Amino acid sequence: MSYESLQIIWFILIAVLWIGFFFLEGFDFGVGMLLPFLGKKDEERRAIINSIGSVWDGNEVWLLTAGGATFAAFPEWYATMFSGFYLALFLLLVGLIIRGISFEYRSKDAAPAWRNRFDWMIAIGSFMAALLLGAAFANLARGVPINADKMFTGNLFTLLNPYGLLGGLTTVAIFLLHGANFLGLKLEGELRERVNTFAKKLWIGATVLYIAFGIYTYIAGFWARGFIDPGIAPIAAVAALLGAGYFINQKMEGWAFIMVALNIVLTQVTFFSMTFPNVMLSTTNPAYSLTIYNASSSQYTLGVMSIVALIFVPIVLAYQGWTYYMFRQRISTDKKTLVY
Amino acid sequence: MDVITLSRIQFGVTTALHFLFVPLTLGLVWFVAIFQTLYYRTGEERYRRMAKFWGKLFLINFGMGIVTGLVQEFQFGMNWSEYSRFVGDIFGALLAIETMVAFFLESVFIGIWIFGEGRVSKRVHLFSIWMAAIGSLSSSIWILLASGWMHNPVGYIINPATGNAQLVDIFALLTNPKGWLLFQHAFSAGLATASIFMLGISSWYILRKKELEVFKPSFVAGAIVGVIGSFLLLMTGHAQGQEMRIYQPMKLASIEALWNTEQPASFSLLTIGDLTGKQEVWSIRVPYLTSFLACNNFDCEIQGVNQLQAEYEARYGPNDYVPLMVVTYWSFRIMAGLEVIMLFASAFALFVVLRNWPPKLLKWLKWMPYLIPMPFIAGVAGWVTTEMGRQPWIVQGLLTTAQAVSPNLTVAMVSTTLVSFTLLYSVLALVMFRLMYKFARQGTQAALTKSVDVEEPASAGNIIIIGAQD
Repeated sequence: MSYESLQIIWFILIAVLWIGFFFLEGFDFGVGMLLPFLGKKDEERRAIINSIGSVWDGNEVWLLTAGGATFAAFPEWYATMFSGFYLALFLLLVGLIIRGISFEYRSKDAAPAWRNRFDWMIAIGSFMAALLLGAAFANLARGVPINADKMFTGNLFTLLNPYGLLGGLTTVAIFLLHGANFLGLKLEGELRERVNTFAKKLWIGATVLYIAFGIYTYIAGFWARGFIDPGIAPIAAVAALLGAGYFINQKMEGWAFIMVALNIVLTQVTFFSMTFPNVMLSTTNPAYSLTIYNASSSQYTLGVMSIVALIFVPIVLAYQGWTYYMFRQRISTDKKTLVY
Repeated sequence: MDVITLSRIQFGVTTALHFLFVPLTLGLVWFVAIFQTLYYRTGEERYRRMAKFWGKLFLINFGMGIVTGLVQEFQFGMNWSEYSRFVGDIFGALLAIETMVAFFLESVFIGIWIFGEGRVSKRVHLFSIWMAAIGSLSSSIWILLASGWMHNPVGYIINPATGNAQLVDIFALLTNPKGWLLFQHAFSAGLATASIFMLGISSWYILRKKELEVFKPSFVAGAIVGVIGSFLLLMTGHAQGQEMRIYQPMKLASIEALWNTEQPASFSLLTIGDLTGKQEVWSIRVPYLTSFLACNNFDCEIQGVNQLQAEYEARYGPNDYVPLMVVTYWSFRIMAGLEVIMLFASAFALFVVLRNWPPKLLKWLKWMPYLIPMPFIAGVAGWVTTEMGRQPWIVQGLLTTAQAVSPNLTVAMVSTTLVSFTLLYSVLALVMFRLMYKFARQGTQAALTKSVDVEEPASAGNIIIIGAQD
């Protein structure tokens, strides 16, 4: 296969990994943020945590794989982005660490103070992760200062521009809604009613922010600076979000979940289409931008990695899909059935 | 301190603390899988209790390995961007394969194992712990092949246009002897760590005559695997010494505090250097021993630090090619000393079992719990030895650590993250220690219930009166 097709394939594969991550871990983050607000009694909180308990760790591996694949396929992208977004990624790591360990430890002690502390760590960790990932992607769409040596020349505050912050908050809002929809499918009884009421309110906030973010993107001209016109993807994304509102009101939980999931997927499709073939756009000088051509690893490595991906990605999808099927039942607040 | 020093300390702290949790995961998972298999085959309650009890402790530890592992993958790009550019083609590829092949397997199946009991069939539940075990094993192979490449680069060329390392032979990479040695060493360390851990806790119960039907078989398993694991640990360590003489002679010389080339070379029992650490003041040495350890004969030549420094200057240009000898010398001795103690302790435990638990020997078991920290300290000391021994190189002979650091970082940035990571990891380690201590002493009944606030066991089984067998 030609070098260029391999570079395009790996760009698409990394896009798919990010899409998978935002779709899957998106509801995990949403569930985490909702935890202290939605769960009043301890067993309610436990039911909420248990709804993602068997899957969150596997979902997070999508992030690690996206990172690892970027390192392998586009080392210059990995190096510039990870060193450039240093403090933001540090905060993301702190969020992921305090959240991950809290799932495992919060129910290992019966003291209410112990549990409450870990619940808030889950919520804060999930919020930090969603906000920072959203802000990071908004900044990638906007462009960041990169010099001729492929080096990021800004700092943390470069990333905290209004567009980045709005992107972060929009991501938080969409993930909250996604999490609420997921819980609507996983919980039962009073808790399910409560989360469906939450979803209605969350939908309003998410839709307002999402549309505002879309308009900002359009007016600021961050739109389609690459080779690919995202076409109807962004319009379909908005339509899916509006559809979600309808289904939430009709209490059609399954469709509401699918619509927000579609919105997340289509938003990412839009992002990667308007970025291509750039992977990091330089605001210093467009000529300094990192592209799939000047950031990639060798043809040989891309070839080897393609074979590995071709074998293992379908296997992973099969067994991960199988776990969702196995744990498809709703979660009750019966203490005897709860694990975390 | 400058950005390089701070970044190095941060890598050291986060990696050492990560590796504090990993060996126990690597080893203990196999015990849990085997106990659960025994339960599946025989249906005996004691095996269920063994699987649940050690499984609970395994999980408390596993969570820490996972969250500290996140930092590992990110920090190559964050702090070592020039390294990442240089090795992405090779190291990045191995890391990506690790995530695709191993991390998914480990994480997805551990989720099934934690949540599956009573929800999935017993067969699937058993399958899940074996898959998680294979996932953890495979993870260690990929990452140690990646690490092995940094010590012994193979299968690459330097791209003349970019100056970066470029993969040309994946099979050379996958058969790198240094990577496989590191793996064998780390895996035996995992087995030895889990064994000492099990021996320590089991002894505590055996002395109190509690739940002997669970802790005597656990003790036996720990004793057998402990002897094998510690023995393999020393053998694979020995093999690394021989390999070092060929590929990383400077590391060997610095570990042995051998300033000048000797033939045959003596082994230093105690060396005191001057304040610069560059010169020997006084030492006690055993003649011939280093030659024997490094070559299996009594008269091979071992190159000294001074000769190697001169040779490297001629080959790579002026620089200080000597690792921080006070660290490599002592961390190696701490590691090797503790490993020998671990072998003796396991052998003693096996002796107790073979002699059918004589009361005269049993009283000595009270010391076993105090040995638990040893494999953990030895593991960290081992990493310090091998990583510090490679300095000033980050990739042996190709790239120095000073060239590898991210150029955009400031002292303020790295200080912030270093202090925060250190505090965060320390707090988490304390929380983990507290949980471990609590559950290790609570007996198997607490491990059978799904959570701490439920009195009755999670699933029906024949309840054996605790300690009734005695």
